[in-house]
Amino acid sequence: MSSSHTDLSKRHSEKPVFSAEKMAEVQALIAQYPEGKSKSALIRILHIAEEEFGGWLSIETMDYVAEVLNIQPIEVYEVATFYTMFNLEPTGKYVFEVCRTGPCMLVGSDSIIDYIGSKLNIKVGETSADGLFTLKTSECLGACGYGPMLQCGKKYHEHLTKERVDELIAAYSAGQTPN
Amino acid sequence: MGRRILLEHDNVPGIETFDVYRKNGGYRSVEKALKTMSPELVLEEVQKSGLRGRGGAGFPTGMKWSFLAKPEGVPRYLLCNADESEPGTFKDRYLMEKIPHLLIEGMIVSSYCLGANQSYIYIRGEYMWVLEILEKAIAEAYAKGFLGKNILGSGYDLDLSVAPGGGAYICGEETALIESLEGKRGNPRMKPPFPAVKGLYGCPTVVNNVESIAAVVPIVNDGGEEYAKIGLGKSTGTKLISACGNLARPGVYEIEMGITVEEFIYGDDYCRGIANGKKLKACVPGGSSVPILPHYLVTKTAAGEDRLMTYESLADGGFSSGSMLGSGGFIVFDEDQCIVRNTWNFARFYAHESCGQCSPCREGTGWMEKVLHRLEHGQGNMRDIDLLAEINKKIEGNTICPLGDAAAWPVAAAIRHFRDEFEWHVNEREESQKRNYGLIREPQSIA
Repeated sequence: MSSSHTDLSKRHSEKPVFSAEKMAEVQALIAQYPEGKSKSALIRILHIAEEEFGGWLSIETMDYVAEVLNIQPIEVYEVATFYTMFNLEPTGKYVFEVCRTGPCMLVGSDSIIDYIGSKLNIKVGETSADGLFTLKTSECLGACGYGPMLQCGKKYHEHLTKERVDELIAAYSAGQTPN
Repeated sequence: MGRRILLEHDNVPGIETFDVYRKNGGYRSVEKALKTMSPELVLEEVQKSGLRGRGGAGFPTGMKWSFLAKPEGVPRYLLCNADESEPGTFKDRYLMEKIPHLLIEGMIVSSYCLGANQSYIYIRGEYMWVLEILEKAIAEAYAKGFLGKNILGSGYDLDLSVAPGGGAYICGEETALIESLEGKRGNPRMKPPFPAVKGLYGCPTVVNNVESIAAVVPIVNDGGEEYAKIGLGKSTGTKLISACGNLARPGVYEIEMGITVEEFIYGDDYCRGIANGKKLKACVPGGSSVPILPHYLVTKTAAGEDRLMTYESLADGGFSSGSMLGSGGFIVFDEDQCIVRNTWNFARFYAHESCGQCSPCREGTGWMEKVLHRLEHGQGNMRDIDLLAEINKKIEGNTICPLGDAAAWPVAAAIRHFRDEFEWHVNEREESQKRNYGLIREPQSIA
């Protein structure tokens, strides 16, 4: 697993708190596990927390999740730093995660990564000046037959071409969610 | 098109809904098992079917189930492994997206057989939209009385839910999956104890791949003997193959085991040959962890026999001239692909995905990535090629889980079959940065 370090200078200024509605959803997820095993819901809740609190997990968010699950904060940090889907720093509004693994590489993912980078004028790992897009690479996302591909939020965009990338960037820039 | 058992109805409009699925014969196995069969009888049918684990290892499912400890008063768990992260593999995603109720039906019958009253589907976090499809289908199954208390009046209770991962290949390893489902880092556990004795929450647990669990449905419906008639020899039934790379028609295919590799790659019902009229250079037939085969060993074995899509035939020749069916992640390389680059790419994948628990894997995968990076970028020397083999030997067999082996095998196989291409990267440093090596000649001994 690649090492990740949280930049502690980046914080949430206010304590994150789930809305009553989200809290009910979280409690229902916890109830899927036997009594005393609520920690099993941790990864799912971290996904929800990330979505609810700005697209990344701050120390404040992780501490809050620990509180909700009644576990030690370190138990949350351990997990959040292990799984690569969690962002430990703020990102652009849209994160493009382009699969770079073998099968996608065979059908041209390297040139798609370069193209997105040049189009947004950023390198892998960076965020565009307008704060809209972060470009990342990802290991195999299970879309091998439909590459090159990228994931943005919950959405998979497959069969990418340069034209398709142009369309995606235009659509997201206009605040739309392309299909 | 060959025989389709799992994907028979994948193109029926609305098949993802309970009603359409039911109209097409869905949930019959639940009625049959819960109303007319004892759990022991279901196990007997699964054993008779010869079904082998579809996640990659190919271990007989019925035997795995028979190992499950059944101490009094201790809950047992069935976990479905939907972590599908092996590069080249995207078959489970297809099945769950298209026919989510097939997996749920399989989970009910399998849980009944194992005596589990709580089961979970652990799905990779990136498949969040598939998780939503499954949850919708599960809610329908509850509403129709196929999940929950006293299913179909049989007295059998089952709760089923879905849990996402967070992006970690290692969680496809069953004990790492269990750790992850307990809300921890995905560090594999030492075995023994095996999950069948101490798994989730320290209780007896079975972990099965999506496709294995789905296959239990036709086994219960038609009987294990009927299922065993499909396929060839010990490779019974059908297999989902996810074909990718430089193919004219990549995608997910259900094949009857025993068709030839030739037919699968070139046949009109399947992949229709190499994309853009190019030539086949190599193939990784079972996901990135299995040995790569050069073109002259893909459709024929070293003995010159037709290579078949079975566990046995793909492994024919062992690691010297064979490979493995693995997960069914079938990756095809055309003549323009660079084997050194691809080997480096896979090594980078394993270095990225090593959980870091065992030193040989944590350090070794990183070294291999660095050495291969050097070779690929025209900065390597001859000693590097042997160095890779040495690192390999130090990882293989020296780690808690098979990720280390999975990282070592593809590198060893690439050097074994494509050593001239690695040497060319050393001898022709500048040239190797400008063009690809191309096809390799068939060795005289095999021709």
